[in-house]
Amino acid sequence: MTTMPMIESDIHPAVDNPPLPVFLPDDQLPSREGDRIIQFREALREAMSEEMRKDKRVFLLGEEVAQYNGAYKISQGMLDEFGPKRIIDTPISENGFAGMAIAAAMTGLRPIVEFMSWSFSFVAADPILNNAPKMLYMSGGQFGCPIVFRGNDGAGGQLASTHSWCVEALYANVPGLKMAIPSNPYDAKGLLKTSINDPDPVFFMESERMLGDKAHVPEEEYYIPFGRARVAREGDAITLVSFGRPVNFCLEAAETLAAEGIDVEILDMRTIRPLDIESIIESVKKTNKVLVVDQSWPFASIASEVVTQICERCFDWLDSAPARLNTADVPTPYAKGLEYDYLPNPERIVDAVRSLVNA
Amino acid sequence: MPQATAESSEQSTMNTAKADSQQSAVGQAPTAKTASQLPKEVLIKWLYDMQLIREFENRTMQAYQQAKIGGFCHIYTGQEAVAVGTIGCTNADDPVITAYRDHGHALARGMTPEACMAEMFGKTTGCAKGKGGSMHMFDRPNWLFGGHGIVSAQTPMGAGFAFSEKYQLEVIGIGKKKVTLCYMGDGALDQGCFHEAQNLASLWDLPVIYILENNGYSMGTAINRHTANAENLIDRAKGYGIRAAKIDGLDIMNIYNEFKPIVDDCRENSRPAFIDLKTYRYQGHSMSDPQKYRTKEEVDQYKDKDSIAKLCSDLMTMGHIDEAGWKSMRKEIADIVRGSVDHAENAPTPEPGELYTDVYANPEKNLSPTATYSHGTKNPLM
Repeated sequence: MTTMPMIESDIHPAVDNPPLPVFLPDDQLPSREGDRIIQFREALREAMSEEMRKDKRVFLLGEEVAQYNGAYKISQGMLDEFGPKRIIDTPISENGFAGMAIAAAMTGLRPIVEFMSWSFSFVAADPILNNAPKMLYMSGGQFGCPIVFRGNDGAGGQLASTHSWCVEALYANVPGLKMAIPSNPYDAKGLLKTSINDPDPVFFMESERMLGDKAHVPEEEYYIPFGRARVAREGDAITLVSFGRPVNFCLEAAETLAAEGIDVEILDMRTIRPLDIESIIESVKKTNKVLVVDQSWPFASIASEVVTQICERCFDWLDSAPARLNTADVPTPYAKGLEYDYLPNPERIVDAVRSLVNA
Repeated sequence: MPQATAESSEQSTMNTAKADSQQSAVGQAPTAKTASQLPKEVLIKWLYDMQLIREFENRTMQAYQQAKIGGFCHIYTGQEAVAVGTIGCTNADDPVITAYRDHGHALARGMTPEACMAEMFGKTTGCAKGKGGSMHMFDRPNWLFGGHGIVSAQTPMGAGFAFSEKYQLEVIGIGKKKVTLCYMGDGALDQGCFHEAQNLASLWDLPVIYILENNGYSMGTAINRHTANAENLIDRAKGYGIRAAKIDGLDIMNIYNEFKPIVDDCRENSRPAFIDLKTYRYQGHSMSDPQKYRTKEEVDQYKDKDSIAKLCSDLMTMGHIDEAGWKSMRKEIADIVRGSVDHAENAPTPEPGELYTDVYANPEKNLSPTATYSHGTKNPLM
């Protein structure tokens, strides 16, 4: 009985992938400073459009992405440029079109599936969890699933319980998928371009509350690798580990704390799976204290996972127990003030840091 | 496995389904109007494939009872005419997807009995290297996309393959007009995603044919207890503007005669179809089914109308085969299937390291706190 030869290529032969982008070190990427100020939603659009111009296999489908120009105007103008065969309006039928797109990915296309909100992805839970991340494994390496699922994640503005889901902890539990969660327009463009080029299924989390955020985004093409955190602010009093929208809460809290003489270090993880644990360890070795700020519920959350890995990997470097700050452990409320209190908002971060640093 | 790339999509073919797989000879008779006009070799091959499935499933049950096969195992016996007859109306590069009662489709599509049996034995020479088992028969060279364990999960995907082939032709400019066959049991009628799939397929003119293998039971629940208006299922598809037909699934000649024009039409005009194919399974839902929900008399009634016996008798009447020929065919098949069991018995079990392979196509570091992923051995079918 002869044994089959080992796979030698970097990318699994089940997926026909363009060569992966060249990933430059952060200091060689185009500058984050500049005067080309655009919105987060435009950065997403730029990423998709650039990749669609290069590769006809890439297409976008979802509810209202074409004629309506995107429920959140992310895909504005894309129908005009790429036509209805590549910018595809779907019925409100997530289970149907997600399963359909997965089959397209198995046969070599590169779908981008827009969920208007990740809250609506649960009706498509079977295809996105049971098929996309497991296809390569259960087919014994015959079929991969290079697909991007993207959409709004987390509390919007007073959308209450059913529309405010943070799905990262639920979904990141599943092996076979990757997960990216940008916190700013610059990273959104670079991470989404990488996601589209990655041969694995990528769950890409945006936030309705950040789509209008403005920042300099370089016109040129650039790719941000998965699994590389960014030091969003340097400090030595404590490490704040976060991702997505709460990174901005951390930055806001840091200003208040700096005025009190507490200089926090903020790590923006950018991707959850893979998770750049080395950068966390490096920072913890410097600050010896850590708080993970996560906009999902505390029980079995990403924060729980990060805290566990910190305990496993750098326990001896800690001066106090690693801490987490999550959303309140209740369904998302509607009332404006309650919703604010529910989130890991800057005030809650300031309080948590004060008690940890002054302990 | 070459596929379209960003740079060379025009030159290459994305779908490299094996052009000369064994069932292609069966499907390559578009000029024949009726099954009886098909070349003798095609008809004999049908009989061969149906008997191969019958014999294969007998050995599967035996191996299961000997605990050599684990998990859930669903036997296709009784329904052979459906897989062989419908796949016989297609080309080797038309996509095929089915549910968990999938051994018959795999064999009809051209998977070797060795790869199919070894998969159930959990061996490295299985079609999924022992990672899928009975319910997940994948065969890329024969463009078979599973084997799906969740009832009706394959129906949106069926629309997706049709979408993909159409997109490749119309947007990228590669490939050709294809038809996707998506098999489902009658239990799958009741899942929401099937209705979503029909809506999408009709809305977007997708050439997918939903083949309802109507064996009358959703596990142990009879069809009139699990779906409304069970006598008139094709009206549902018509409600979506989908061409629909009811076909007797016990007579393969009849299947060909009624199904082939539908396949040709869906391919040519890029439209979906729904076929209510009445068939019957002789065994329980799965190997662990005591079958308290039906009588032995009912089962025997269908066994009297056995599709293999029917085809064999037709072919004898036509002078295509005689008793001696039939006997020697059965012997040849019995040897082949016994050989597949021997193969599966003796094939190596997966190395422990294979646990962490085929998880990611691009296995970067830090994807897991406890695992390091890598690529393992090549799939034996690729």
